[in-house]
Amino acid sequence: MKAASLTLLLALTWTSAGAATLTVNPGESIQAAINRAAPGDTVRVLPGTYRETVFIDKNDIRLQGVVHEGRWAVMDGESRLNDGILASGHGVIIERMWVRHYKGNGIMTQGANNYQIIDNVVEGPCFYAIFPQFGRNGLVARNFVTKSDDAAIYVGMSDGVDVLYNVASHSIIGIETENSRGQLIEGNYVHDNVLGIATTMLPGLPVKTAETTIIRRNFVVANNIENFAPPGAITAAAPSGIGILVLGTDTTVVEDNYIRDNRSAGVLVADTSFFVTTPDVRMDPYPDELRLLRNTYLGNGADPQGSVKAILESAGQSTGVDVLATGKGRGNCIAEREAVRSLGIRRFEDCAPGTTSAATLSMRPSQPVAAPEYTPEQVGRLTYLAVCSGCHTYNARLVGPPMLAIKALYAGRPAALADWIATPTRRRPEYPEMPPQAYLPEQVRLAVANYILGELEN
Amino acid sequence: MSGAPQRFAAQGLGAVLALIFCVGSGAAAPGQEWRLDDACPPGFEELAGGTCAFRSFYEIYGGSVDHGGLRAALPAIRGAARPQLIDLGRYLFFDPLLAADRRTSCAHCHHPDLGYADGRGRSMGLAGAGVGPARSGGAALSRGAPTLWNVGFLRRLFWDGRAASLEEQARGPLFAADEMGNSPEQLEADLNTIPAYRSLFAAAFARDAAAPITVAEVVRALAAFQSSLVSFNSRYDRYAHGDAKALDAQELDGLNVFRGFVARCSQCHIPPLFTDSEMAVIGAPPVPGLPYDAGAGALDPDPALRGAFRVPTLRNVARTAPYFQAGQFKDLDAVVRFYNDARGHAVPAGQALQIHWHIPMSRPMLSDADVAALVAFLGTLTDESMAPAVPPAVPSGLPVVAHSGSSLPR
Ligand code: HEC
Ligand code: HEC
Repeated sequence: MKAASLTLLLALTWTSAGAATLTVNPGESIQAAINRAAPGDTVRVLPGTYRETVFIDKNDIRLQGVVHEGRWAVMDGESRLNDGILASGHGVIIERMWVRHYKGNGIMTQGANNYQIIDNVVEGPCFYAIFPQFGRNGLVARNFVTKSDDAAIYVGMSDGVDVLYNVASHSIIGIETENSRGQLIEGNYVHDNVLGIATTMLPGLPVKTAETTIIRRNFVVANNIENFAPPGAITAAAPSGIGILVLGTDTTVVEDNYIRDNRSAGVLVADTSFFVTTPDVRMDPYPDELRLLRNTYLGNGADPQGSVKAILESAGQSTGVDVLATGKGRGNCIAEREAVRSLGIRRFEDCAPGTTSAATLSMRPSQPVAAPEYTPEQVGRLTYLAVCSGCHTYNARLVGPPMLAIKALYAGRPAALADWIATPTRRRPEYPEMPPQAYLPEQVRLAVANYILGELEN
Repeated sequence: MSGAPQRFAAQGLGAVLALIFCVGSGAAAPGQEWRLDDACPPGFEELAGGTCAFRSFYEIYGGSVDHGGLRAALPAIRGAARPQLIDLGRYLFFDPLLAADRRTSCAHCHHPDLGYADGRGRSMGLAGAGVGPARSGGAALSRGAPTLWNVGFLRRLFWDGRAASLEEQARGPLFAADEMGNSPEQLEADLNTIPAYRSLFAAAFARDAAAPITVAEVVRALAAFQSSLVSFNSRYDRYAHGDAKALDAQELDGLNVFRGFVARCSQCHIPPLFTDSEMAVIGAPPVPGLPYDAGAGALDPDPALRGAFRVPTLRNVARTAPYFQAGQFKDLDAVVRFYNDARGHAVPAGQALQIHWHIPMSRPMLSDADVAALVAFLGTLTDESMAPAVPPAVPSGLPVVAHSGSSLPR
């Protein structure tokens, strides 16, 4: 038998003959089409207004809004529904949807790898407009996101994500990465938020590291709106008017950004405790090895706010700066030190001439993240252990009869055993009836039948 | 190995019932020999070195163990143990000899019929009789017994997170005056006078039978057994693994509320384990008649930890009412309605708590339908198919706690 991926075996309840396109017309349900779709399929949503929460728990589904003569496929939560799109399937593509007025998130992925969230419009009020969480290899590009009660784009506990060419405005934070490893934030236009772009290391989360962020060639302009964070949010502590925040994360590069008219500071470098004081001994809260390379600063710090103002005042300074560093981080450097109005960068070294992130064009892995491959033999063994062993042992009665007896009964007939597992009938009056295992795809049942009849020994 | 001890004759109702259900559990009827199971427990595979490794479908998804999601890897389970050690732990867990009163076993408060919890808001300790809500006559504790399902995956133990390992944890109940009330010396002396235990310990630790049994060995065996309590075959899991029909429409709505961002349950109760083992301040209501329980804040002056509790798993949660550290909520509907209310609403006046940022609401934001769906979803996390057999008898000869056998598969 040829090697097969168990992920596919389990995730597929049927196999599709080639990718199909399913079309959703106004008045129909997007979810109904997702439910019919098979991995590889595209669900095209025609212009119109749809009022539902859509969830995608299959792999490789493309959800694509169709724009026709300027009219979009709009998902409207009417400030009544919780979340717009929730996806866990790997390889999901969410494209050209206009998602508005959901109370929770606009678009959220949890545990999806190899995803793309591209060309969408997401309008609040909402919590996060776009929130990929726990994923590896993601692309968040060319979205227009606005009016979030927290970050408009929030990359949470992820690895290898590119956030490119988005426009983020009128939110507490435009773009944020939290406890993530390897992200490129490039070419975004981030304006009129409380805080423009943040890369953060937060305590009390299962991921204990935050590193390797490139923040490059973004337009970070006039992020000066008043903080409207809901009570209790971490972001309530954010002073208005910060262009870029580096909070406790390591190996960050800030290069070639256009940072203009942010009233408190162009760039703020701080320890995690600047915002959150919850102790977490398993993480390092100091921003280390920051490369603050060449950026264009204009008109920042004109009217410092909140905690930034307090820091400046205690240093005897009344106007703001381009770069404010308060943290205890080590190994940080700055380029063109003399060009920048700064406070707190005495411990920064000068970056070595020619230091640049230019060679890094993407943080996404060159190949999609693949699930481990399992042979049918391994699938059979795993299924036996994960499911059957609750009721059967090799040579003794547990809940069901010993496998020795089953081996004798079905010797040479794996297909018959695989069928029986799906729809068991009572054979032995002294045992309870076995619960059907039809939820296991046929290939998996066959694999476990082969394992029982072959390899299984005591 | 020696014959079954005759020191305490009665084997109790539980033993009789259990005999109907289990075979190969190694328990000796009078006159027979005690032996330890040399096969790994359900869900575990024997490795070349003779230890048992946990296997589940979640491993096929690969990925980082610190990530969660519908199809994500589980956090690491504690180290593998030999099957004999696990089985020895099973006897100890059900043996009332471990308590000073000779009638309280671990299973009296972590009972197989009660989701390995005890069905009580606050547990009842030493000198009590019976199990569950009907237990009476014993010392009243200030907290309830958490479930032990999947406890081998937790990085912090106890409601306040004060123990870092199951070994450290077990010394708590064993030697707490109001729980099992024992002393290390007494426990070792008692076990060492029972020939069956002497030989079983020697077999489980592959050591000389002449060496005395130690408390360190007892807690290792208990830890090994508890780590075999695994539950990952619920209807939710079937859905996760690709059976779209495993959950009904309301339960799917509930899943979406759970992972969505009005309720945010999945931010702390992170699937597939449904906990991240972290400490969180959520502002639980006080317990009438008891001093305010500050959780981790009672052990650490850091103001951020005042009112912090370790996030509990929600696996088998439908089996373990009432809820929260002292049973403040009688059912899941009440729990969900707590979350669906203004943050901090239940915090007693004068308690300055730094409530977690993922407890967000300033007013109820979930509809009644959402609440009902969430409760229905929590009910899909039930699975006891890998339940161990309750030993019909234990080497001390003391009666095993009465149980119905209903915790056995299906
Ligand atoms: C009198 C009832 C009682 C007995 C007997 C008892 N426990 Fe517990 N157990 C509790 C209570 C109550 C807690 C929670 C205490 C706390 O958090 O402060 C607990 C907590 C635990 C925990 C932590 C679980 C978690 O999620 O953090 C484990 C593990 C545990 N017990 C194992 C045992 C073992 C092993 C024994 C026997 C040696 C035992 N218990 C005996 C009542 C009991
Ligand atoms: C900020 C982290 C956090 C969030 C978010 C959260 N919980 Fe909890 N949960 C906890 C903690 C901590 C406890 C223990 C509280 C206590 O005992 O005082 C708990 C306890 C519970 C319990 C009781 C478990 C038991 O064994 O007693 C249930 C049920 C529960 N949560 C469900 C939910 C649901 C449903 C949601 C979403 C509406 C949710 N939780 C959101 C942290 C959280």
